[in-house]
Amino acid sequence: MIPEFPASVEALRRRLEDPHALGHGAHERKAVPGAGHGETGPAVKRIIVGYGFWIFLLSDIVMFSCFFATFAVLRNATAGGPTIRDIVEPGRVIAETTFLLLSSFTCGLSFAATYARNKMWTQIFLVVTGLLGAAFIVLEATEFAGLAAEGATPQRSAFLTGFFSLVGLHGLHVSVGLLWLGTMVAQVQAKGFQETIFHRLLCFNLFWHALDIVWVAIFTIVYLLGAIVP
Amino acid sequence: MSDTEHGADQAYAHGYEGDHAPGVLPEESAGHWIRNYLIGLVLAALLTAMSFVLAATHLVWGPSIPVALIVLAIAQMGVHLVFFLHITTGPDNTNNVLALAFGLLIVFLIVGGSIWIMGHLAERTMAPPTMSQIMQMQQ
Repeated sequence: MIPEFPASVEALRRRLEDPHALGHGAHERKAVPGAGHGETGPAVKRIIVGYGFWIFLLSDIVMFSCFFATFAVLRNATAGGPTIRDIVEPGRVIAETTFLLLSSFTCGLSFAATYARNKMWTQIFLVVTGLLGAAFIVLEATEFAGLAAEGATPQRSAFLTGFFSLVGLHGLHVSVGLLWLGTMVAQVQAKGFQETIFHRLLCFNLFWHALDIVWVAIFTIVYLLGAIVP
Repeated sequence: MSDTEHGADQAYAHGYEGDHAPGVLPEESAGHWIRNYLIGLVLAALLTAMSFVLAATHLVWGPSIPVALIVLAIAQMGVHLVFFLHITTGPDNTNNVLALAFGLLIVFLIVGGSIWIMGHLAERTMAPPTMSQIMQMQQ
C-alpha cells in the first residue's frame, strides 16, 4: 500500500483520528510502511544510511556557507595587493568546471552499474571519476602554486585569505573524496557488492555530487562574478 | 550476491515505498539511469556554458549580469539535485526535502546576514579621511 501522505504523517493521522484503533476497518488496515513501527519495522538500513549522510552533507554545506560569507565580506579588503580580477584565469576555470562536471556524471554512471551488479563497469567509471577529479586537483594546485610564486599568498591580504580558504576547502574535500574513491575501488575489488560496500558507494556518490554543487557556487561567485564586478 | 543483500533488495522493492533516501535509485533498468544522468549532464553543461558566455560577453545589459549568473547557478544546483541526487517532490522524499529546506535556511541566514551586517558596519565605521587624503582630493 502506498500512503498518499508521507509515512510519518499517515501514521500520526491514524493515531490522532482513531487512537484506540476502534474505527471502521481499523483492524484490517496494514501498518504504514516506512513509519518505523508496526509490522513493517523501521526503515531499511539503506534509507537510514543515505538519510544520515544527507544530513552530514547539509551540515557540510552550512560550513561552506560560512566560508562563502567570509569571502563575500572580505572581497574588497585587498590591502593594496592583487584584486580578484588579477588572479582569475578564465581558461583554467573552464577546464576545472568541465573536469568536475564530467566526473560527477561518470560517478553517477558507476552507481548505475553498481545497481546492475556490474563490477567491471562500476570499477571503470570509478577510476575515470578519480582521474577527472585528480586532473581538477592538479589544475587547482598549479593555480595556487602560480599565485604563490607571484607573491599572492594567503598572508598577503584578507581577501586572499578568504579566497584561498574557500577554494582550498573545496579542493581539500575533493582530495579526501579521491582518497575515499581509491578505498572504494579496492573494497569493491576485494569484497564485491556486499550490503556494507553498497552503502559506502551510495554515500560516496552523494558526497561527490554535493562537491560539484559547491563548485557551481564557487565558479559563479568567486570566479565569474569576480571577473566582472569591479 | 549474498543473501543479506538480496534480502535488502526485496525489502526495498516491496515494503518501503513510503520512504526514500537521497541518491538511492528506485528500481529501474540501468539504461533508465544512464539516460537520466545524460539529461542531467547536458542540462548542467548548457547552464555552465551560458554562465561563462554571459560573463565573457555583453549579450545582456551589464548591471544585470550578476543577477543572471546567480539565477543560472541556482538553476544548475536544481539540475544537480534532481538528476544526480534524485531529490523529488514525491511524498517519499518529504524528509529529504525538509532537511534540505532547513539547510538552505541556515545558509541564507549566514551568507545574507553576514553581508548585510558587515556592509552596514563598513559604512558606519568608515574612517574619516586623513589630512593627506584631503589634500590629494583637492588637487
